[in-house]
Amino acid sequence: MSGANRIAGKGRLTPARTVRFTFDGQALTAVEGDTLASALIANGIHLTGRSFKYHRPRGMLSAGPEEPNALMDIGRDSARRTPNVRATVQEVFDGMQAKSQNRWPSLSFDIGAVNNLASPMFAAGFYYKTFMWPKAAWKKLYEPVIRNAAGLGVSPSERDPDHYANHHAHCDVLVIGGGVAGLAAALSAAHAGAEVIICDEQPEMGGAFRHETDTTIAGKSGFDWAQAVVAELRAMDNVRVLTRTTAFGYQAQNHVGLVERVTEHLAAPDARLPRERMWQVRARQVVIATGAIERHMVFANNDRPGIMLASAARTFLNHFGVAVGARVGVYTANDSAYNAAFDLKRAGVSIPVIVDVRPQVDAALLARAADLGIEVLTGHAVVDTKGSLRVRSMKVARIGGGGGKDYAIDALIMSSGWTPSVHMYSQSRGKVVWDEASERFLPGVHPQASMSIGACNGTDDLNETIAEAVRAGRESAEKAGVASGGGWAPPAAVAGTSWAGNMMGSGEGAGPDTTVKAFVDFQNDVTAKDIRLAVREGMESIEHVKRFTTNGMATDQGKTSNIHGLAIAAEMLDRPLPKVGLTTFRSPYTPVTFGAIVNHSRGALFDPTRKTPMHDWEAAHGAVFEDVGQWKRAWYYPRTGEDMHQAVNRECRTVREAAGLFDASTLGKIEVVGPDAAAFLNLLYTNSWDKLEPGRCKYGIMLREDGFIYDDGVVGRMAEDRFHVTTTTGGAPRVMHHMEDYLQTEFPHLKVWLTSTSEQWAVIAVQGPKAREIIAPLVEGIDMSSEAMPHMSVREGRICGVPTRLFRMSFTGEAGFEVNVPADYGKAVWEAIWARAEPMGACAYGTEAMHVLRAEKGYIIVGQDTDGTVTPDDAGLNWAVAKKKPDFVGIRGMKRPDLVREGRKQLVGLQTRDPKIVLEEGAQIVADPNQTVPMKMLGHVTSSYWSENCGRSIAMGVVAGGRSLMGQTLYVPMPDRTIEVTVTDTVFIDKQGERLNG
Amino acid sequence: MLLIHCPYCQEERPELEFRNTGEAHIARPADIANISDEAFEVFFFLRDNPKGLTYERWRHIHGCGRFFNAVRDTVSDKFVTTYKAGLPKVAVVRADDGSVRVSDRVEGAGL
Ligand SMILES: [Zn+2]
Repeated sequence: MSGANRIAGKGRLTPARTVRFTFDGQALTAVEGDTLASALIANGIHLTGRSFKYHRPRGMLSAGPEEPNALMDIGRDSARRTPNVRATVQEVFDGMQAKSQNRWPSLSFDIGAVNNLASPMFAAGFYYKTFMWPKAAWKKLYEPVIRNAAGLGVSPSERDPDHYANHHAHCDVLVIGGGVAGLAAALSAAHAGAEVIICDEQPEMGGAFRHETDTTIAGKSGFDWAQAVVAELRAMDNVRVLTRTTAFGYQAQNHVGLVERVTEHLAAPDARLPRERMWQVRARQVVIATGAIERHMVFANNDRPGIMLASAARTFLNHFGVAVGARVGVYTANDSAYNAAFDLKRAGVSIPVIVDVRPQVDAALLARAADLGIEVLTGHAVVDTKGSLRVRSMKVARIGGGGGKDYAIDALIMSSGWTPSVHMYSQSRGKVVWDEASERFLPGVHPQASMSIGACNGTDDLNETIAEAVRAGRESAEKAGVASGGGWAPPAAVAGTSWAGNMMGSGEGAGPDTTVKAFVDFQNDVTAKDIRLAVREGMESIEHVKRFTTNGMATDQGKTSNIHGLAIAAEMLDRPLPKVGLTTFRSPYTPVTFGAIVNHSRGALFDPTRKTPMHDWEAAHGAVFEDVGQWKRAWYYPRTGEDMHQAVNRECRTVREAAGLFDASTLGKIEVVGPDAAAFLNLLYTNSWDKLEPGRCKYGIMLREDGFIYDDGVVGRMAEDRFHVTTTTGGAPRVMHHMEDYLQTEFPHLKVWLTSTSEQWAVIAVQGPKAREIIAPLVEGIDMSSEAMPHMSVREGRICGVPTRLFRMSFTGEAGFEVNVPADYGKAVWEAIWARAEPMGACAYGTEAMHVLRAEKGYIIVGQDTDGTVTPDDAGLNWAVAKKKPDFVGIRGMKRPDLVREGRKQLVGLQTRDPKIVLEEGAQIVADPNQTVPMKMLGHVTSSYWSENCGRSIAMGVVAGGRSLMGQTLYVPMPDRTIEVTVTDTVFIDKQGERLNG
Repeated sequence: MLLIHCPYCQEERPELEFRNTGEAHIARPADIANISDEAFEVFFFLRDNPKGLTYERWRHIHGCGRFFNAVRDTVSDKFVTTYKAGLPKVAVVRADDGSVRVSDRVEGAGL
């Protein structure tokens, strides 16, 4: 027998199929199909954790996803651990390791329980008040102590070895919930011809029939009828049945997120199966059939282990065959708890008394109680309980009568009524409406293509529910535009349980004049007193009450607590409950693992990696790569024994002394073609393109409409109507977007076509005095002499037999070429050039040397030397702004008063007095280092390097009025010293530019 | 995730394929180089941030690449309509129940 509290002949599990698991290291036996909760109770264990704030002993409150207390750490092995799993949802598998949380050193003896004694300190709002001052104490004292004492669960430290699946699904009708309403709606919609998905969070569908066993439908018990319907649905081609699948998020336009737990219940899952599967369903129509959630009673010490919802006790008995106790007290304001008591009694459990707060109770119920020999006390209340690690007695008193009598019990089941589960409706942006007659919030207008049916819609009667569901299924199919002639007639049903009776807020003995701990929200340890305190502190809006007390927050989302909290606040405010308002239910309905959300997007699949055609060659030649956006770019090529600085120094020297090869393939490239191509570029760039002859190229600057530099690059004119535009590496997509925007919406009259060619061309920069000599023998059909092909020209021909666009241009200040070849030939051409270059003393150089070489020449990098607030004039690029053009993007913006005023920051060179000191990029520049802090800052360093070619450090920076400060001394204050710098122009090498003509 | 109807592709596609590109029907002044500072301020900096109906530009950037205009209710986050760039501003009306639909009447000419 797997547990002393199994009742022979009860429940739907097969007793012979046992599985072994551990709880806090103790070996226990369960039956296949048990949840951790049912298995623990079968073994007589109710104590499952300590509460969040007060560390009070807690047990299972429920038997389902609304469970606020029994949160466990579930492990399969050291890497497969999940904290905060609800024991009432987790199915036991062979070898499962379950651990209680939030206790130290052990569950039965917990140091943190001292918080319970010090509870005035932990009253509502304690975070906000107690720990406001002094500030330093928060970090050093309060927070670490609170985190150690209160944290719920510990995240696993190892990498998750499992995989997760993501499935986009489309259907005509999505049915959320597999109770009687959902099943009937699904069958009705399916028979009408709709593509249907139905999901339910439980392993078996049937909803309330898991616990409610008195109903018959079509001559079968409710549960058996449900299984027959599921079998029928599964057999239909147009239906997908998803069990263990929770709808957790309802987004815009019927986009509903479901998470399916695929292997969490299996002892030895197939490694090919995903652990969980995320379903992103887009449904034409959604039918919400999420049922109702039972509420607890709010009275003093209502949180001891063994005290639980009546429906939970009934589920444990009727589904799992487990009695929650041997002597069970009943405290209710609702009829359905009677059926729970009757079931327990018939299974041999002693029921000393049913305590009902209502003065009048249905006579038939009272008669059945009498038949079973159960005492019923109407107009009475449970006013207190005793028992340290499990409830052992309850005190029962007449309402308004005082005093009371103690009953010895080992479990107490309770019900204050049923709250329609409007979470999904509320998430769909629906606004709940207060129904005065039944005193509950119900769905109002459905803002999306959806409808609510059954208990979540406030439909209590079984036959009405079925009729409503059949109608909804039919209507959904019709609205989805797929309804055919078929249909499904509702079966005859006889209900066995009444769900009537409703009580909200605190009960007898837990009113405003008391100081008892009557819990409203078990997960967040919020008592009735806390809610009253919040109102007394001036929180009038329920949203403020929620945040002040944390009622209904975190993973719980107020499933059992919201209505009680609202009722107590309303009573304190002396306002009708609907006037105080219900808080918003947020997604997710129940916690969703990061694994399911992140899904495939991890490791190499987290973000695309872009590699140039020459990448493998670079890697084989020892390149160290840097990430530039998604690109991997060769940063430098260290030789044996070289560190980064030595490698970069050698590369910089070699380029100026011999030559270097650089992979410039990541540059953005856009082909601008059409009769109006030049006119278009005239509008997009500050430069004028009219006079640029085919075969020549030019450096262009692009502004935003506000007059600030947006991008730059060299543009070659391939033909009268064809330009080869280059952009910065990072700017390629946004420049294309910017160009398309103007072409499509502002200048649609221009006949121009734009094509992104960034990945079509591999680009090999060959720079240095020997550049021409290296490539000339490989080139066909192009006269490469300096006279025929001067600096800033472009030719089409062939290199190594493949087509090339050969640019004569330079980003180093040396004579050089940029060889563009179709990307597929990039590596072969690179290797051919390298075969000639290497024996001639050339090297391959990376992005770091490229940065140094360009800085030696004062060439800016957009995004490094500019930051979105730099004008062409600020950057010293006025020469590139056409003076006579009537229009270009930015022409008006750059004339704004602030952009033309004196004293703007201008790009200048900076030379440290000590040539060995290399400034830090981003360092601030001041005129007087002895002024008081905060100092007046004139600007900052934008680029700074050691220049081996100059034999000293070089830097550029933006400085207020910088060009008028040439030769003057400024200062860069650093934490450890102040660095003296001289303002210079930005060209540090070959000021006449003679090397370009090499 | 919203579904957006691209007026060029004539299809509803997921929001991931699109990029919002700001308020619609703000024409770039023809003689922009000579407008006043105030006119430039209005053209470039001042934007409505309405609670309710907004006219905005979208681009089907991971689809056909076209820019188009849309009317969206910022309260319900529902699109009322989308239409091609260059077409006149589409007039919409709000019914008593809060729903919004395209009006038969065509408002001013502004692009
Ligand atoms: Zn499109």
